[in-house]
Amino acid sequence: MIRQSKGLLNSLLVPVMSILFGFLFGAVLMLAFGYNPVEAYRAMIVSVFQSPYFIGEALRQATALTFTGLGFALAFQAGFFNIGIAGQALAGWVSAVWVALAFPDLPRILLLTLSLGVGLLVGAIWASIAGFLRAYFGTSEVIVSIMLNYTALQVTNFLIRNVLSEAGNTTARVGENANMGFQWLSTLTQNSRLNVGFFIAIIVVILYWVFMTKTTAGFEIRAVGLNASASKYAGMSAEKNIILSMFLSGALAGLGGAVHGLGTFGNIFTQGGLPDIGFNGIAVALLGLGNPFGIFFSSILFGVLNIGAGFMPNQAGVPDEMANIVIAAIIFFVGANYIIRYFIDKRAAKKQTASSTSQGGDV
Amino acid sequence: MSELQHVIEMSGITKEFGTFRANDNIHLDLRKGEIHALLGENGAGKSTLMNILSGLLEPTSGEVKVNGKSVNISSPDVANELGIGMVHQHFMLVDKFTVAENIMLGREKTKFGYIDRKKAEKDIQALSDQYGLRVDPSARVENISVGMQQRVEILKTLYRGADILIFDEPTGVLTPQEIQELMGIMKKLVNEGKSIILITHKLDEIKQVSNRCTVIRRGKSIDTVDVAVTSQQELADMMVGRSVSFKVDKKPANPSGAVLKVKDLTVKETRGFDAVKNISFEVQAGEILGIAGVDGNGQSELIQALSGLTKSSNGSIELDGKNVTNLKPRKITEAGLGHIPEDRQKFGLILPMTLEENIALQTYYKKPFSKHGFLNYKEVKIHAKRLIAEFDVRTPSEEHSAASLSGGNQQKAIIAREVDRDPALLIAAQPTRGLDVGAIEYIHKRLVELRDNGKAVLLMSYELDEVMNVSDRIAVMYDGKIIAIVNAKDTTESELGLLMAGVSLSDAQDQAEQKGKEKGVVDSTK
Repeated sequence: MIRQSKGLLNSLLVPVMSILFGFLFGAVLMLAFGYNPVEAYRAMIVSVFQSPYFIGEALRQATALTFTGLGFALAFQAGFFNIGIAGQALAGWVSAVWVALAFPDLPRILLLTLSLGVGLLVGAIWASIAGFLRAYFGTSEVIVSIMLNYTALQVTNFLIRNVLSEAGNTTARVGENANMGFQWLSTLTQNSRLNVGFFIAIIVVILYWVFMTKTTAGFEIRAVGLNASASKYAGMSAEKNIILSMFLSGALAGLGGAVHGLGTFGNIFTQGGLPDIGFNGIAVALLGLGNPFGIFFSSILFGVLNIGAGFMPNQAGVPDEMANIVIAAIIFFVGANYIIRYFIDKRAAKKQTASSTSQGGDV
Repeated sequence: MSELQHVIEMSGITKEFGTFRANDNIHLDLRKGEIHALLGENGAGKSTLMNILSGLLEPTSGEVKVNGKSVNISSPDVANELGIGMVHQHFMLVDKFTVAENIMLGREKTKFGYIDRKKAEKDIQALSDQYGLRVDPSARVENISVGMQQRVEILKTLYRGADILIFDEPTGVLTPQEIQELMGIMKKLVNEGKSIILITHKLDEIKQVSNRCTVIRRGKSIDTVDVAVTSQQELADMMVGRSVSFKVDKKPANPSGAVLKVKDLTVKETRGFDAVKNISFEVQAGEILGIAGVDGNGQSELIQALSGLTKSSNGSIELDGKNVTNLKPRKITEAGLGHIPEDRQKFGLILPMTLEENIALQTYYKKPFSKHGFLNYKEVKIHAKRLIAEFDVRTPSEEHSAASLSGGNQQKAIIAREVDRDPALLIAAQPTRGLDVGAIEYIHKRLVELRDNGKAVLLMSYELDEVMNVSDRIAVMYDGKIIAIVNAKDTTESELGLLMAGVSLSDAQDQAEQKGKEKGVVDSTK
């Protein structure tokens, strides 16, 4: 029991230190450019937590990131780098909106299920293309999914202009039956866009954990990711596991896109680039160290940062760009967490030496 | 005093991992110019002790003195500066680089910012000549033999100025001739003033080259003895803590019908050449067929094809009456194959996973371990605990990662998993590589037991002793072909040695020395 809690503490140490270093670095930057970092961080964090509305908005952001983060983590555990999360999320978004617009008269529960389900499936199929090519032709899933990102972007914009609207840049808003909002949730958060997607995200976090740790299929995915040769020797099918993990990874991304689209916007508009929830999802997955609960909490952190950064210009006079740099610094330290791991290990080694010499003195 | 000068004194070394004591108050001293053997079972704590000496681990308590001075070896760099160099069991070489490039890696001599290759090659050649290492500095590592790769590793430590060399189980991958050569090199090194610690399980090697031997058992140093006056039996008993038998006790084989039938099998290796060339043989139920041969003559490819890891390009494989040619590994496993793979860390185990998960690696998808797509960890644990007890796998618990086990215990876990499934045919590829006599004795016993229970065993090993002791019949592979199959009790080591070098059976029997002529008279099947 003691050992376990110590292990948990140690594994929390790295992400927490990453975040602290990120904040510290951001502070140094702000100081260097003559801004007050204390004011800026106060604006960023206090403003969010003072208002139920912004708490709701932060959680809404966290919702989409939880899905995309889990999506990335699943493929990553199987040993694949699904950099196509953004494209898969976009594919999920556009198809969910399309379904919602096509069948506005279906009962609400049915229409929502159908829209989200189609979004999930389209994201899954989109990712499976990369999985299939990797499994049977050995192509790099990274390159293929980068290509598929652009394909998804252009196809989506084409659909919006030519199919989903009359040569416009946005679609119509989906009907009331595709609304993911909850009256009590909006009331509670003073009309934020927090919606039922948040609860779906919590359920998916738990399902993810159960899938990876309790099921035979999850065991296979972990095994393949840790040692592909031994998995082949043990009779696991490499092809099956590549495609399955990419399918599920894309499904989570697609669901994230669908929830983001219906829950946050209720429509889709032509995109200048790939949606942030894709790449931020990768950062969230890395910060959460692949653990679904860790991913959930780091999504919330990202939500708070994103929303909070909006207050820095007005309340602390820190320009938008600076706020973005601070966020980027935090993400950087998250990505570079091996640096922090290195220092922690070094400290541990030093401690050990100190104790060994003191004990050695007794002998 | 001067003749008994100690270059290394380790006293009271204790190393704890959590509550587990890998080293418990160990004493070891190394005299200048001696070869000091370090003998112990797998998991006895030899590697931990040597990792402390080479700066990879720091002791929990205890003192290390080098040349009489107390030192704190906090990193491999410090060990390097103190003149301690390790020749690793698994070579750490870059295949695509030349010998010289590998040796100077990290110690590049530069001239105006450019690597001074000529100077380095000259220095390396000089060192090589001084110690009789016969290494070609300009050859690429991928093109040189395993023996030469090892000599490159030795040169690497010398090039870095090592005076104290640690050899970690150096003979595991070598042919008998290469072993003799290595022994000569080690003697030459000490004659030139170096001191050597030799980690090994092989008692005959200890007898042959070392002056003293320190025996470690379960983390404690048992004794340091003078090798000249200690018998192999005494050493073995000291290491294991009980009386050990070297001979593999076995009744005559009682073969009863072919379990494995291989016909005209051809297998290509990764670059597309035929590695196995048109091989045919059978393994009977109730017999052990050994496959002897020098590493790289198609044995690995043959076994990969038999177990479904590689596809064959021609021929057929029949297992227990079923045609399993080019089936997927799982289908072959289910048809009755147990397989102890040659590379236990790459193929046999998923190191970061727990021991219980690894023990379930071949059966996790079946009842009772899996029900409705969910793993039943309770059953997995019960099963693992039973096998850990039955096969004496030494581990703090079944929830520890496979990586935390010593090599011998990893192997025992694999054997437990494969034997417990009661396969019709067990393929054991290098099953005792790197293991100590206690573990080897145990594994050999298990193989014979399996045979006596009417199973077929295919044993592939590069160790002649092992093949001769354990097998009933021996197939010798050379250049992708089975050059002869002989009865183990009728053959001799020298006959096998000649066959392994490609000499045909009739010539080998005549003890003729002429090289690799395979006349039409080769008895290639039976």
